[in-house]
Amino acid sequence: MTDATVIGLSRDEMAARAALDIPDGSYVNLGIGIPERVAAFVPEGREVIYHTENGLLGMGPSPEDGAGDPELINAGKRRVTAARGASFFHHADSFVMIRGGHIDLCVLGALQVAQNGDLANWSTGTPDAIPAVGGAMDLVAGVKRIFVITQHTTRTGEPKLVKSCTYPLTSPGVVDRIYTDLAVIDVTDDAFQVVELSPGVEFDYVRDRTGGKLLPIPETPPEVS
Amino acid sequence: MIDKRIANLDEAVADVFDGATVMVGGFGEAGSPIELIHALIDQGAKDLTVVNNNTGSGEVGLAALIKAGRVSKMICSYPRTANSTVFPELYRSGRTSLDLVPQGTLAERIRAGGAGIPAFYTATSVGTPLGEGKERRTIDGRDYVLEYGLTADFALIKCRRADYHGNLLFNKTARNFAPVMATAARTTVVQTVEVVAPGELDPECVVTPGIFVDRIVTVDSPALESELVALGVSYP
Repeated sequence: MTDATVIGLSRDEMAARAALDIPDGSYVNLGIGIPERVAAFVPEGREVIYHTENGLLGMGPSPEDGAGDPELINAGKRRVTAARGASFFHHADSFVMIRGGHIDLCVLGALQVAQNGDLANWSTGTPDAIPAVGGAMDLVAGVKRIFVITQHTTRTGEPKLVKSCTYPLTSPGVVDRIYTDLAVIDVTDDAFQVVELSPGVEFDYVRDRTGGKLLPIPETPPEVS
Repeated sequence: MIDKRIANLDEAVADVFDGATVMVGGFGEAGSPIELIHALIDQGAKDLTVVNNNTGSGEVGLAALIKAGRVSKMICSYPRTANSTVFPELYRSGRTSLDLVPQGTLAERIRAGGAGIPAFYTATSVGTPLGEGKERRTIDGRDYVLEYGLTADFALIKCRRADYHGNLLFNKTARNFAPVMATAARTTVVQTVEVVAPGELDPECVVTPGIFVDRIVTVDSPALESELVALGVSYP
């Protein structure tokens, strides 16, 4: 097996895989990028309410290009729609939902995740960079469960799942589950636990591209919660 | 007799002084009071500390105020947005400074400031560079940092509909920081698309009660930041 062969999931397939794990009736906050795509793949029959931290609960899909209201946007500042039963509120109330533990699930991107669940996703720490954090630290500190969707490695092939983060932390010990192009991985106290390998992907292939301790799928799979 | 209407934009911001702290509503362009900001540029106050989630885009509105050299410090959560070039340039050259605050902490600091609460503990930023040097406390086994309430001399905000007692309604996600900023500023200045007589707004639907509002100025067709940027407008 060589790197020249494209293996693993596409971005949409990663989003679709994560969507399978969103329970019916959840209040969910989706981060910018691949996480935003998750909403399109939630299985039929499940009702999920999306929160966007700039002040909307019940976010619907983006309108057609040029349509919509420039004052109806998501956290990525893209135009969205309000779903039936939506509500608007000010920023302090919006972060009461986040920081008060009222949002069930948040799906975020990552620069690095450590094997103890530390997350780095807001800054590469380069001296010249303009630091910008937005709501990332509030989300991971307050939302009940944190899912990360990310490519398994960087564009240059460096592991993004690491023993300990070298980038500045967003929060220590917060990530519950990671969806990469290669695998679905749970974070335990001190190791990455493979839950599922993407079609055609071998454990060794994933281990070679992981910076921390990676455990194979247990003989008896843990019960899905 | 209570009538908070002000004849024009210039009068509405006439007393903003050098060194003032000014909260500016808006999340990106949604809710940005562009006409009030432009009036503030014309007015000339400098050495301002500005509180906003972002730092504006293009060379209009908040970005134009920064470009004009009037802002010595930004308190914000996300100074990087599409078409945001003015702030990064001045920041890198040391002509303006930045106090980076997580978005929820920023909202809660403003809310606390408006509520007379001097400080509070939060889990946000614990164990990160933004939590370093802050007073810490463990409560029921979890670590928290101390954050201070934030108040301002002025708040400049935009709304969709007001009565002249100062009761306000907003438009969709343009509401964002405006209601909490209105509570936290000594003088809250509102630009509204429409103003009606007291009694015409349903009290059940009022978002910001008039007690938090000092001045109302009508701007019946406010400009959109993205449209001005697309047209290449540079203010003044």
